[in-house]
Amino acid sequence: MQLIPCPWCGPREEAEFHYGGQAHVAYPEDPSALTDEEWAQYVFFRENPSGPFAERWSHSAGCRRWFNAVRDTRTHDLLAVYRAGEPMPEVTS
Amino acid sequence: MTSPAQPPGAHLPEHPDFLWDNPEPKASYDVVVVGGGGHGLATAYYLAKVHGITNVAVLEKGWLAGGNMARNTTIIRSNYLWDESSGIYEHSLKLWEGLEEDLGYPILFDQRGVLNLAHSLQDVRDSVRRVNANRLNGIDAEWVDPAGVKEICPIVNISPDVRYPVLGATYQPRAGIAKHDYVAWGYARAAHAMGVDLIQNCEVTGLETSGGRITAVQTSRGRIAAGKVALCAAGHSSVLAKMAGIRLPLASHPLQALVSELLEPVHPTVVMSNAVHVYVSQAHKGELVMGAGIDSYNGYGQRGSFHIIEQQMSAALELFPVFARAHLLRTWAGIVDVSPDASPIVGLTPVGGLYLNCGWGTGGFKATPGVGDCFAHTIAHDKPHPFNEPFTLERFTTGALVDEHGAAAVAH
Amino acid sequence: MTFRKPTGGEIDRHTLLRFTFNGVEYTGHPGDTLASALLANGVHEIGSSVKLGRPRGIVAAGSEDPTSLVQIEAPFPEPMLLATTVELYDGLVARGLAGQGRLAPEPDPARYDAKHEHCDVLVVGAGPAGLVAALTAARSGARVVLLDEQNQAGGALLGVDEYLDDRPSAEWVGDIVAELRTTPGVLVLERTTAFGMYQDGFVLALQKRTDHLGFAAPAGVARQRVWRIRTKQTVLATGAHERPVVFADNDRPGIMLASSARTFLHRYGVLPGSRAVVFTTNDSAYCAAIDLAESGVDIALIADARPDAPARLATECAARGIEVRAGQVVTGTEGPGRVTAVSIGDTRIECDTLLVSGGWNPVVSLFSQARGKLRYDTELGAFVPGEELDTVRAAGSATGELDLNACARQGREAGSAAAAAAGFTPGGQVPLPVSDSRCTSRSGLVVWRVPGADDASFVDLQRDSTVADVLRATGAGLRSLEHIKRYTTIGTAHDQGKTSGMIAAGIVAEALGVELAEQRPTTFRPPYTSVSFAALAGRDRGELHDPVRVTAIHPWHVANGALFEDVGQWKRPWYYPKPGEDLHTAVLRECRATRESVGMMDGSTLGKIDVQGRDAGRFLDMLYTNMMSTLKVGRIRYGVMCGVDGMVIDDGTVIRVGEERYLVTTTTGNAAKILDWMEEWLQTEWPHLDVHCASVTEHWATIPLVGPRSRDVLAAVAPDLDVSNEAFEFMTWHDTHVAGVPARVCRISFSGELAYEINVTAWYGLAVWEALMAAGEKYGITPYGTETMHVLRAEKGYPIIGQETDATVTPQDLGMSWAVSKKKPDFIGKRSFARVENNRTDRKQLVGLLPVDPTVLLPEGSQIVETDRLPEPPVRMLGHVTSSYPSAALGRTFALALVRSGHERIGETLYVPYEDSLVPVTVTDSVLYDKEGARRDG
Repeated sequence: MQLIPCPWCGPREEAEFHYGGQAHVAYPEDPSALTDEEWAQYVFFRENPSGPFAERWSHSAGCRRWFNAVRDTRTHDLLAVYRAGEPMPEVTS
Repeated sequence: MTSPAQPPGAHLPEHPDFLWDNPEPKASYDVVVVGGGGHGLATAYYLAKVHGITNVAVLEKGWLAGGNMARNTTIIRSNYLWDESSGIYEHSLKLWEGLEEDLGYPILFDQRGVLNLAHSLQDVRDSVRRVNANRLNGIDAEWVDPAGVKEICPIVNISPDVRYPVLGATYQPRAGIAKHDYVAWGYARAAHAMGVDLIQNCEVTGLETSGGRITAVQTSRGRIAAGKVALCAAGHSSVLAKMAGIRLPLASHPLQALVSELLEPVHPTVVMSNAVHVYVSQAHKGELVMGAGIDSYNGYGQRGSFHIIEQQMSAALELFPVFARAHLLRTWAGIVDVSPDASPIVGLTPVGGLYLNCGWGTGGFKATPGVGDCFAHTIAHDKPHPFNEPFTLERFTTGALVDEHGAAAVAH
Repeated sequence: MTFRKPTGGEIDRHTLLRFTFNGVEYTGHPGDTLASALLANGVHEIGSSVKLGRPRGIVAAGSEDPTSLVQIEAPFPEPMLLATTVELYDGLVARGLAGQGRLAPEPDPARYDAKHEHCDVLVVGAGPAGLVAALTAARSGARVVLLDEQNQAGGALLGVDEYLDDRPSAEWVGDIVAELRTTPGVLVLERTTAFGMYQDGFVLALQKRTDHLGFAAPAGVARQRVWRIRTKQTVLATGAHERPVVFADNDRPGIMLASSARTFLHRYGVLPGSRAVVFTTNDSAYCAAIDLAESGVDIALIADARPDAPARLATECAARGIEVRAGQVVTGTEGPGRVTAVSIGDTRIECDTLLVSGGWNPVVSLFSQARGKLRYDTELGAFVPGEELDTVRAAGSATGELDLNACARQGREAGSAAAAAAGFTPGGQVPLPVSDSRCTSRSGLVVWRVPGADDASFVDLQRDSTVADVLRATGAGLRSLEHIKRYTTIGTAHDQGKTSGMIAAGIVAEALGVELAEQRPTTFRPPYTSVSFAALAGRDRGELHDPVRVTAIHPWHVANGALFEDVGQWKRPWYYPKPGEDLHTAVLRECRATRESVGMMDGSTLGKIDVQGRDAGRFLDMLYTNMMSTLKVGRIRYGVMCGVDGMVIDDGTVIRVGEERYLVTTTTGNAAKILDWMEEWLQTEWPHLDVHCASVTEHWATIPLVGPRSRDVLAAVAPDLDVSNEAFEFMTWHDTHVAGVPARVCRISFSGELAYEINVTAWYGLAVWEALMAAGEKYGITPYGTETMHVLRAEKGYPIIGQETDATVTPQDLGMSWAVSKKKPDFIGKRSFARVENNRTDRKQLVGLLPVDPTVLLPEGSQIVETDRLPEPPVRMLGHVTSSYPSAALGRTFALALVRSGHERIGETLYVPYEDSLVPVTVTDSVLYDKEGARRDG
């Protein structure tokens, strides 16, 4: 059970959080302008790196805020957390 | 199983005296299979045996079959809902039924049946739907009521007074378990005997292409030229495919499992329950083998969170109160590559000569012979086998998904 | 004959405990383990091995023992515990195991629980290093937790008779424990094993709270407790295990680790036998030999594998008449069961005990679990912590240090560093003890095995794996230790290789001609020692396994005989059988009463979300396939939601409460998911929208009042409300009073009948329900459950999300193109409707099915085929039956189904395989009752 430092509440146990996959995948401005291929990329395709990964978490059993984190998927260690709308910080893994 | 006069472990078969050599990689191969797990080894075996392609290397970054093959809970069944899934899984089950003879290796394949429990009225509808579909697809399946569940597996708690009572189950008698290492080693030994090079401690670090075709793999043990390259790397597929510029709709998650001490036989079949997240069987030596739920986040760490195990125990005791004083002996985790529709991706890629086999999620073990056979066919003919034809990467663009989790089929 | 010394040890000789082992009654004393009590009675043979059926004894004194596996039969059956870790109690019944334990068929009466603990410094192990570490940290003011698996602190000191600072070591231990116990913020837990170490200082420990009390265990106290400890810093003072040496026939009972024999002597006052041979590669076994000799054991010989025996110890031995032979190794043993003779080269020596020491393995399991790298120490012949971690430090013999004073010093340094890292400044320094031990800490010779009969040289005694097995594995081409472990099964048994793992690695390295220092140690996986399933499940059992949610009206349902259906966590009334009724007869009655007069149900579980804000309409326009922003205040609209993939995920009504306020309803099972869905979009995609969502599901009791007489019933209880069709139109709502209580009444219908949905604050739910029942009595008002609700809606062709849909169904498939806006530029899922697959004409579509024989009820989940004869499998399936009921209104059975090209097939005859026949069915429109909607207005 990891501790996840919610940027609003501070460190809390992982079981309080809900995972949201890759961060910074914006809903397309105009989906109707996309090809099927481009739309499929938005709907189904996400990065899946082995290493630092910017991803979304929701503190669903706490403040219920969505925020972003950079986590190393090899170690599962959280390298940074930041509030929605903030730019992804530089991290070293 | 065991006669009282004989110690409980005495009946288990021994491994052969010889398995495989450990050759240096050659400069080039007709086919390089990346990933020496069950799928990679089976693919190499069928390439050699069925298609006569023996100038093949299987590259494994660690030790053969040391990834998910060594970590799974070995459930084998084919009672999937959709025609596409039941096609390839049933093909696999049929191969399982002759595999021991085929490989000349004891794989402890034991068709003890699998029960998939239903706990709500919708579970019941979905289960009956799946049973009916299975039967029309020629797959053995039946719906059993709670009393029938009890008859097949007497230790299941069918009391109506529990939190989520058992309302019945689907039963596939031909389903069962096998011994994972024995299966992998059986394939490895047979492939090796036909001339396949099994190269361990050889991590692929790059894929070389030229003119839209694969030409070589770069590895921790040097460059290896390849006519064709087949990816069978389960949890690591996204990372590998990216080396060839291919993006996959996969997420790699930790999946934990656990085992108890050796126990006298109490559990004669395999029981799975999606609603309360339990799947359990009792292995040949007597240990209870259980799978937990998938950890929610992406992870390559081969470790999960312990609260998942605790939830698993709580769910298991709801169904099997008899397990209360069994002991957890060991926990571990694998890395499962989960696709959006919980179905695999097997086939050609935009890169000529590069083939993809991934996205099996929790279901890879049971598919081992089936996908090995079909993937070898795909590689040999540069054309999908009919059984893996539906499992293209393009389906995510067209929308022709094979949605096994949406269809309330059971994972694993 | 007794092997109990008249004095000595931490046992209470004045109290006799009776116990039964393998059917024979024995006695022991408080303070004994089952193992020490058996040894005191001269019993060495415990069970037999799993594959070969060879007798197995007691090798070690603690949790590392590989062989003394027992089944507890009373007070309650428990499989596979080590006799060395079972504290003796009166009435214990146990037997030795032959490989497999037994689970009791009767329910476990014990309770289990879990407790969370937060601390600054966690110290695992209360031996010398751990005690000093804990006290050092405690004196700095840190919150300290000290755990030890034994029933008392002391660690290795419990097994020796050393004096520390010129007094018995127990006094030194006692002083430290006493100070710890009186220091605020310090928790000392005995009988508590840290079994797992995870990220961020999360450590799991199992405390055995009442096991040692046996039959006297109080029923109300949790038998075992899982401690979930979150610590800033950890000191691992987990000690070291003595390592055996492998030689021919090394598996006989009576062959024991030397230090363990010493522990049995000093801690339990028990002699391992009468005449012993000692085989060692290092100094520590000399102390065991001397202590046992002084207690009356005839030490026949010490065979020291080293070329030279340690001079001082050899002199001490000589003084006691103990022969020491340097450069000698044990080459074999004899005995029908227990060892009766030992061979050392050509010399054969009769004995009943063989004590072995092959050096020490630091216990690095938790360090490895904490992802600490291990390093092979060639001098020690073992893996030791190979790096310093930020939050985890090892101290004492867990690092490979064998000298007591040095271990204590490491403890002090680790305790101090841990406290400092947790932000505390040092307190009073803990003095380091000086020992009178005659044993030096010199490392010995690293010897994995004595060459001899490979197939009788056991590496893993529990798995019957021998050197021959290891050599077969390497001969088979295996190079990886992991493969060899799996080929031979070494290290996979109950002890998880605590004593065998290092030796196996050594023998493999020798066989392959590689350096151990270059090998990766095998992974240490949790748990360190086995943990019962029930302990891990804790209190999350039965009712507490998952919360049960019930509505405000639930007591009425129970009192009126409802049967319940689980929908998510909710208990919903399924139907209300009258005496003698089964599901079908009850539901036919409920349906008939509702369609002919009036019925009502408890709809409170329906998800309700209050959506407020300036942009609420815009937001809902994106979530629903149809337009919500144009809805007028006071009106209600049905809506469908899709995922981005265009598949239906939920449906429900949306009522516009105000200009900037909507109340959205969801299906019962999806309420939480839809709220999550809304918040996710709002926070991550459209934070600029001024919208706020709140779940109000539990705020409201919701009662659909349904049927042609519903207007009359409502009028009777809502005198302020004009219930006329003109004043209260379909798909509108009014705030009023119902039964004297403020209520919101919506005119919506999920049955096609005239219907009102009455919403009141949940507090009044039961009262309003009862008032409606009373008001409706003269019309025969009938409560109905989910089954009747399902039938009524199915007759009208209304789908249930999750029953008619399975995440592969679009609104168009459901025949709901009317609910998909063509005007809106975008909404979630819209783009997916344009994909190739969505535009196939042979998609599965929702239709009605009428069995040609109107009495045949198709099972839900039946598949549908095209032909009246089944070809060989695989048979092409056109779809499946999603809902199927007998209908009172239709006077026949009917079904809903998803059928390939279903909308084009209306009028066709298809077939449903049912038991051994094919049932012909006619495809119809999904709306089977009151197509023209005449009943809606009553």
